Amino acid sequence: MENLGVIISLIIIFGGLAWLFWRSVQGREVERRIIFVFIFVAVAAPILFPITFEEKATPVVKSLFDKIESLPEKSKVLISFDYDPAMQPEVQPMANALSRHCLEKGHTVVFMCLWATGQSLLTATLESVIKPEFPELVDGTDYISVGYKAGNEGVLNVIVSDFIRMFPTDINGTPLDSTVIFQDIKSCADFDLILAVGGGRPGPKEWVLFVGDPAKVPIGVGVAAVVAPQLYPYYPRQVVGILGGVKGAAEYETELAAAHPRFDEVDKPGLRMMGPQTLAHMVIMAFIVIGNIAMFRARRKAE
Amino acid sequence: MRQTIPLFITFFIGILLIIAVFIPPFGELGETFTLFFDIMAVFAFFLGGGNLLRVHINKLRNKKPDWPYSIVTLSGFGLMLAAGLFKINNPGDIAAAVDTAGSLFYFMFHAAMVPLGSTMYSLLAFFVASASYRAFRAKNREATLLLIAAFIILLGRTPFGMYISGWIPDEVSLFQIPNLAVWIMNSPNLAGQRAIMIGIGLGVISMSLRLILGIERSYLGGDK
Repeated sequence: MENLGVIISLIIIFGGLAWLFWRSVQGREVERRIIFVFIFVAVAAPILFPITFEEKATPVVKSLFDKIESLPEKSKVLISFDYDPAMQPEVQPMANALSRHCLEKGHTVVFMCLWATGQSLLTATLESVIKPEFPELVDGTDYISVGYKAGNEGVLNVIVSDFIRMFPTDINGTPLDSTVIFQDIKSCADFDLILAVGGGRPGPKEWVLFVGDPAKVPIGVGVAAVVAPQLYPYYPRQVVGILGGVKGAAEYETELAAAHPRFDEVDKPGLRMMGPQTLAHMVIMAFIVIGNIAMFRARRKAE
Repeated sequence: MRQTIPLFITFFIGILLIIAVFIPPFGELGETFTLFFDIMAVFAFFLGGGNLLRVHINKLRNKKPDWPYSIVTLSGFGLMLAAGLFKINNPGDIAAAVDTAGSLFYFMFHAAMVPLGSTMYSLLAFFVASASYRAFRAKNREATLLLIAAFIILLGRTPFGMYISGWIPDEVSLFQIPNLAVWIMNSPNLAGQRAIMIGIGLGVISMSLRLILGIERSYLGGDK
């Protein structure tokens, strides 16, 4: 039934595109409303009738995966959730996959956020990923959430030299200096790796500028696709790897499932979302071709 | 006097923070000033909330265009504020996090704010498609280059990129479309981004110096 749905959807989309292609050969432009309908069908069809594709990690994703994989057990990792609900569909899959990976490798993880909206999304990861999948881990010993603090780059400027000065307690009000994790952590320089997931400001770029460079801590980033180009100047020396958009998340999920088969069965939203993204990209490319044909035909007619 | 005092504060703090960066004994000073900034940032929330209330109450009072939307804004603001402030339905005690799972705040955030935010962002797909159709036209040499780059990036962000070019041997794997997309990001894009960043950096330095030395005074308000 699902396959039938996929086939019918593809016939509708590509049949319609062929019709538009024929119109463009005659030099006729496409109305904006028609483009919207095609995008709607291209995104909706793979959600209703899931299509999945195989992924292979590109070097920028693989290098971050290898970095986490190669850290010795009990390494200290900080993960920052710097995003809001608008960015959440794109970057939450990365945050979940990175959290899974770090905890599976036995690293000690500190969670925090620089965005007020990030704390609820961080709680969602704790509730839906960490507690059900790692019931044996203890809050405060194996991982801890210190939540949100206002001040943007100012927060980074302080935690780079004194973490507890800015975050005296965790989200439940437990003093950090009484927790097992923070016996060895005084500042960001004590972390072995920092993972900044986000896309706006403050976000991964600020982590590199205010913490990664001054404290000489490697930074891995997961960002919305539109922000990824801005992070490439920092790769590979200041940023060890970049997960860009849904594709980056899907590649990471594939690598994680291949290296740790127990995650083969867990939900992989990155991979799931590659269906709609792939079809939408194909439709956009078809429209670019159609637009160019229409332009050349119209130009020739005018001559 | 109204100008001299702010100018003096800017000059004094600016010089002090520069010293704090370059002279180690003063390093702690920079951290302390950042803490002051963080405390002030918290007050920005009060300012933001107060301003939101003022704007929308005025809109309602004067029945300005689209005033019914202000009711929605004020109701949402009040409800979320009450849910967080009074920790309604929060399974933890008074010291528990505001968004503990099971609380009204957590429920409303995930039932309303997350889907609304995601919906707004997803609308971009429609406008990106329409804009791509109109903008990516091979009108001249530069536009053609942009078009080719966009095509490679779009294809490289889908599994089809690998399906189409997966047969290319690993020795020349750069020409596999996903790797070609990474190369575009990592070379031409990187060069452009670095140039922009260096430009911005120099601009920030010169603007900061203008502010510290009192040459730039527009932040004081007025034209003088």
